[in-house]
Amino acid sequence: MSSKKNLKPRVAVFKFASCDGCQLSLLDAEDELLAVAGAVEIAYFPEATRTMLKGPYDIGLVEGSVITHNDAQRIQEIRRQCKTLVTIGACATAGGIQALRNWKNVDEFIRIVYASPQFINTLKLSTPIAEHVPVDFELRGCPINKHQLIELIAATLAGRKPNIPTYSVCIECKRKANVCIAVARRIACLGPVTQAGCGALCPSFDRGCFGCYGPMETPNTASLTNQLRVLGQSDDQISRAFRGFNAWAWQFREASEECHRR
Amino acid sequence: MTGRASKTIRVDTLARVEGEGSLFIKIEGEHVADVKLKIYEPPRMFEAFLRGRHFSEVSDITARICGICPIAYQMSAVHALESAMDIHIDPAVRLLRRLFYCGEWIESHALHIYMLHAPDFLGYEDVIGLARDHREVVEKALRLKKIGNRIVQVMGGREIHPISATVGGFYKVPAKQQLREMLPDLEWALQTSLEAVQWTSTLEFPKFEQDYEFVALRHPGEYPFNEGRLVSNRGLDIDAAEYEDNFSEVHVKHSNALHSVRRGGGSYLVGPLARFNLNFDKLPSVAQEAATKVGLQPPVKNPFRSIIVRAVELVFACAEALRIIQAYEPPSAPRVETPNRAGAGQAITEAPRGILYHRYAIDANGLVLTAKIVPPTSQNQRRIEDDLREYASHLVAWPVNEATWKCEQAIRNYDPCISCATHFLKVTIEK
Repeated sequence: MSSKKNLKPRVAVFKFASCDGCQLSLLDAEDELLAVAGAVEIAYFPEATRTMLKGPYDIGLVEGSVITHNDAQRIQEIRRQCKTLVTIGACATAGGIQALRNWKNVDEFIRIVYASPQFINTLKLSTPIAEHVPVDFELRGCPINKHQLIELIAATLAGRKPNIPTYSVCIECKRKANVCIAVARRIACLGPVTQAGCGALCPSFDRGCFGCYGPMETPNTASLTNQLRVLGQSDDQISRAFRGFNAWAWQFREASEECHRR
Repeated sequence: MTGRASKTIRVDTLARVEGEGSLFIKIEGEHVADVKLKIYEPPRMFEAFLRGRHFSEVSDITARICGICPIAYQMSAVHALESAMDIHIDPAVRLLRRLFYCGEWIESHALHIYMLHAPDFLGYEDVIGLARDHREVVEKALRLKKIGNRIVQVMGGREIHPISATVGGFYKVPAKQQLREMLPDLEWALQTSLEAVQWTSTLEFPKFEQDYEFVALRHPGEYPFNEGRLVSNRGLDIDAAEYEDNFSEVHVKHSNALHSVRRGGGSYLVGPLARFNLNFDKLPSVAQEAATKVGLQPPVKNPFRSIIVRAVELVFACAEALRIIQAYEPPSAPRVETPNRAGAGQAITEAPRGILYHRYAIDANGLVLTAKIVPPTSQNQRRIEDDLREYASHLVAWPVNEATWKCEQAIRNYDPCISCATHFLKVTIEK
């Protein structure tokens, strides 16, 4: 191919344990996809192309959590190959919904379930990428917001910091002039401790936030826990609320364990 | 050694499928000695962690099984739970759920037809290559996909893992005007889908037919989404409650996903081809005519032609969405009350890739006791291997590179979702 093409930044997309939804966000960016494909070289993105070029890559987007020995080795090699490594979504950033295994005895579970447990290759914990290698940026969400993804790619190409807020969902509700469902309708809502990014979707649909974007920058989970009790939530309910798609993020993990201890 | 020429077709990472798998085919002389569609994507144990969760959380959790068809996982979950707790939904909610599914079918089929499958027929590595030579085709595809996603977004807040569907109905239903605003786009989408039927029918199809058992839902009055009996072209005609009496799952060594087979039988096929062959008479006339015009009539037994069938289903989904929106009157309440109640129930709905079975048992506090989920790809998996065994024998004289690509294409006929299939390795938890 022409030498001009080779000057484009090389982008790779890697998958670990996940639902594919975050990398699909790139294909869901219908208005930007062809422009992105024009600005970068898609060097490795199996969900979209048969072309699989070897590294090194300028930007590596990593979806999914580490749940096998092979995963744990593979992420080391991927880190070596990527100049900038970005995790996309709750699985890669916090271990995902599959991190609920982390409170169970996986070995015992496998012995109960499988006739041939030796075929099952799995680690005890589902862990985020940053527990294994240094990560340059973590994009939150279950799923990520495709506009944030495009902003992230554009910022990385321009060598600037992406403009992605770390404040809570409450700010987004205020901006949309939503009446607070927790105050006005006594609906349990994780909005005060959850990072913005979704556009306060759930409160806008008359339901409480369930924490897709993980803990905001400085979450006061203890205060929210008290408030949820005031609304009549049991410790079991509160614990389950924190144990969602970002259950293994330490702020949510501690909050859920605190409820369990009571 | 036999002394005959032996070769291996090996694809370590299958491309343009959802999730991670690999392919291994061994050919000895004229004979296909071994076929393995290996699924190495690790299991995520959904059935295990659904236990102890409240029923109201289930559809949000099961959506995370698959980012490509989260609505299917929400729909099968809420219908199974409604069956378990004897909840009856408002007819207007029922129509909205059909509309929701139309959105998913449109975005998923548009993605597969143009971005994942068509490049094979035209010799491109991907849709980017296709766009270099056929930019207007790809631009239309992206707009079509966006319109499907728009339906999902209006009804559920976002394209992937939407947040409005719940047991008993929706958290919030759209206003009339919100839906009506989509009508012009959907009119365009209908026309573009008709073009898609025409366009896909001009592709070159390998001569390859198989004697399949097609399995799909069948409803007396409509092309199936959320309801109907499960039927096949070999006499199967059952209720969802009888599913596990008729199908079983086999744990094979080389796959992290269970293979689903007919009890006392073998592989079977679910998805667009099965739906089309078993429900052609339920398609709206615009879709029937589009199919007939390009010579597509049931039974279609060539799996490569599934790309045209998907386009016909696009026509159906656009026409159905238009019909629902034009007649839409919001329900009196977005959802019915759903007090905690013990029970067990199951449901089957038609995901874009085929039938998706869910079963739940709930205790008196509304907590999940057991869950079982059988996704479409684990049902098609054995059928894919059967196709490959047969198809690879046609390719023994081909150069390995070309034969490999053809075999990949044969897998992509099924639009396999490996992410879905693997998440169920742990399905066999039974008390």
